[in-house]
Amino acid sequence: MEKITSPYKWGMVIDLDRCTGCAACVVACQAENNVAICAKKEIKEGRNMHWLRIERFWVGEYPDVRVRFLPVLCQHCHDAPCEPVCPVYASYHNPDGLNGQVYNRCVGTRYCGNNCPYAVRVFNFYDHEHAWPKPLDNQLSPDITVRSRGVMEKCTFCIQRIRRAKEEAKGEGRLIRDNEVQPACAQTCPSEALVFGNMADPSSRAARLARSPRRFRLLEHLGTHPSVYYLKGGGREHV
Amino acid sequence: MFEPDFTATKSTGQMNDEMLSSLHTPTWRWYGLALFLAAVVAWGLSAFSYQVCTDMSCTGLDRPVMWGIYIINFVFWIGLSHSGTMVSAILRLSQANWRRPILRAAEAMTVFTVAVGGLFPIIHLGRNWVFFYLIPYPNQRGLWPNFRSPLLWDAMAITTYIIGSSLFLYLGMLPDLAVARDRSRDWRLKLYTVLAMGWRGTAREWVVYHQASTLMAALIIPVAVSVHSIVAWDFAVTVVPGWHSTIFPPYFVIGAIHSGVAAVITLMIIIRKAFHLEKYLTPLHFDNMGKLQLVIALLWSYAYFVDVQTTWYAHEPIEWEVFGFMANRYTIILLLMLLGNSILPIIVLCFKRLRRSIPVMLAVTLLINMGMFIERFLIIVPSLSHKNMPFVWGTYSPSWVELSVTAAAFAGFALMYTIFAKIFPMVAVSDVHEYESQKALLPLGRTRVPSLVGKE
Repeated sequence: MEKITSPYKWGMVIDLDRCTGCAACVVACQAENNVAICAKKEIKEGRNMHWLRIERFWVGEYPDVRVRFLPVLCQHCHDAPCEPVCPVYASYHNPDGLNGQVYNRCVGTRYCGNNCPYAVRVFNFYDHEHAWPKPLDNQLSPDITVRSRGVMEKCTFCIQRIRRAKEEAKGEGRLIRDNEVQPACAQTCPSEALVFGNMADPSSRAARLARSPRRFRLLEHLGTHPSVYYLKGGGREHV
Repeated sequence: MFEPDFTATKSTGQMNDEMLSSLHTPTWRWYGLALFLAAVVAWGLSAFSYQVCTDMSCTGLDRPVMWGIYIINFVFWIGLSHSGTMVSAILRLSQANWRRPILRAAEAMTVFTVAVGGLFPIIHLGRNWVFFYLIPYPNQRGLWPNFRSPLLWDAMAITTYIIGSSLFLYLGMLPDLAVARDRSRDWRLKLYTVLAMGWRGTAREWVVYHQASTLMAALIIPVAVSVHSIVAWDFAVTVVPGWHSTIFPPYFVIGAIHSGVAAVITLMIIIRKAFHLEKYLTPLHFDNMGKLQLVIALLWSYAYFVDVQTTWYAHEPIEWEVFGFMANRYTIILLLMLLGNSILPIIVLCFKRLRRSIPVMLAVTLLINMGMFIERFLIIVPSLSHKNMPFVWGTYSPSWVELSVTAAAFAGFALMYTIFAKIFPMVAVSDVHEYESQKALLPLGRTRVPSLVGKE
């Protein structure tokens, strides 16, 4: 069997110094990826469907209290704990280094959700087929399925956009250019805290930023080799 | 030493009558019990259908705690299944003669607990109706299940165990079915005729039978050990703090035998009472089983201690957090578990008088199984509640749907067992007879010596 290789290794750099915690990325993700709009009850039970969350931490004692934000999305680990545990290959690794999720293959063992140390996988506890009240259903993207109940879903770095960009590039006989494709969260971020790009291309903006001495990765000691790099605040703390 | 000497006064026919007494026409009390159990099962089934027809939101599961009481039940029932076959196989191989009257009860327990336990991984699926994706069946798209996933190993191991233990049970029952066939009429006659497969009890049949059952006993032990090791791997191969531990496979196997032996003793007490088998299930059996239970309790305590100790020495912050959370939030049930699983059995089972006291044994074994259920809860829930990202820590408490299904599992097991006891011989008749004939005196030169093989 021929080994499938790819000139792309998608990754993201999140500059925590730039993040203001505005949560525009969360909204953009929800709109782009047909993420279900949850009822109040579901949110209260902690069963919200956001693929991307802003973790907010309070630092320091009153009156010197500061707040820190940490946007957490699927880290697209190269040694992802979620992948080997799925009994049906619903969670798989694609040649571009993405953790894919095949929704119609998922049987809902939720094993991947347990084994994800970042807890970024969300499960459809509720039936969300009709979660979009009228006119919002017009906004549903035709590029992605609306996930049925009992299925695990997660951030895919907007794989539908990557696919489209790949097709366009292929038509023109070239590779995807840097910054040509962006997931909804990175595109929306007003402070450009989220930078997406091809890590296999050392000159891409994301790859250059990922070489910063400020970089770190979440729970690096677990050896999951995430594709998402964080740049920690260089001594400066935001309010 | 006390010896069950029942040949002196009884003929073979009388013994058969007594040992097969459970097959008599059911009384109204039996029907009452079966009806009650069936009602509980029906309630659990309707709760489960409610979950299937609406969605998983009716469970208490949530983002960090994706596995709950269904998986606890799964581990618990598979654990229970362990001893039946294993105890019976080990005792058969070691030719312990006191095993004979309890064989059937233990082997039947295994089959039914595996059957119940094997259902839970399917019950807990988000989309139960596509569970067959886990089966490696040929299909047009060339899709295969993921053989790296412990859940698939589970599926394989449990299927093997169910087949193996059913065969083991059936094989052991074959001569008894023939005895029952010769003493029954109507539909029972037809049933036993088919199941006894024309067993006549010729010398050749017995030789083959002994070879087969010894072989089965030797084969089933590694299967039993592997099944619970694999269940432990469901947890041990993950990166979840508190689960990721190399002691888990032996620890789970010991835990399984711990709960299994206790369940065998509990069932022995119930069967003894229900079918008036006081002559065949004597205090000697409880004494011996009590010793076995004591050894296992000591082993379990050691394994538990090692698990905690490893975490203590490593002192990895997140693992320590999980242990701290468990000890703080679940203090009472943690203490109950330690008391029921370790402290109480070890103290009580040291005394011969207490081992031979039926009420004491009943209480101790029930406490052990309660403790083992708690143990599984404490392994699964606290670890998931406090995983690596503190921002998404959570808690879990089972909902009425999950509790109903759990109740139905217990009732379903009891129901299957009750029905089994009415249809099939509950005491291994031919094994008891074999023992009797071995005890008979044989001429050896001028003297006569007992031909007994094996020890009490």
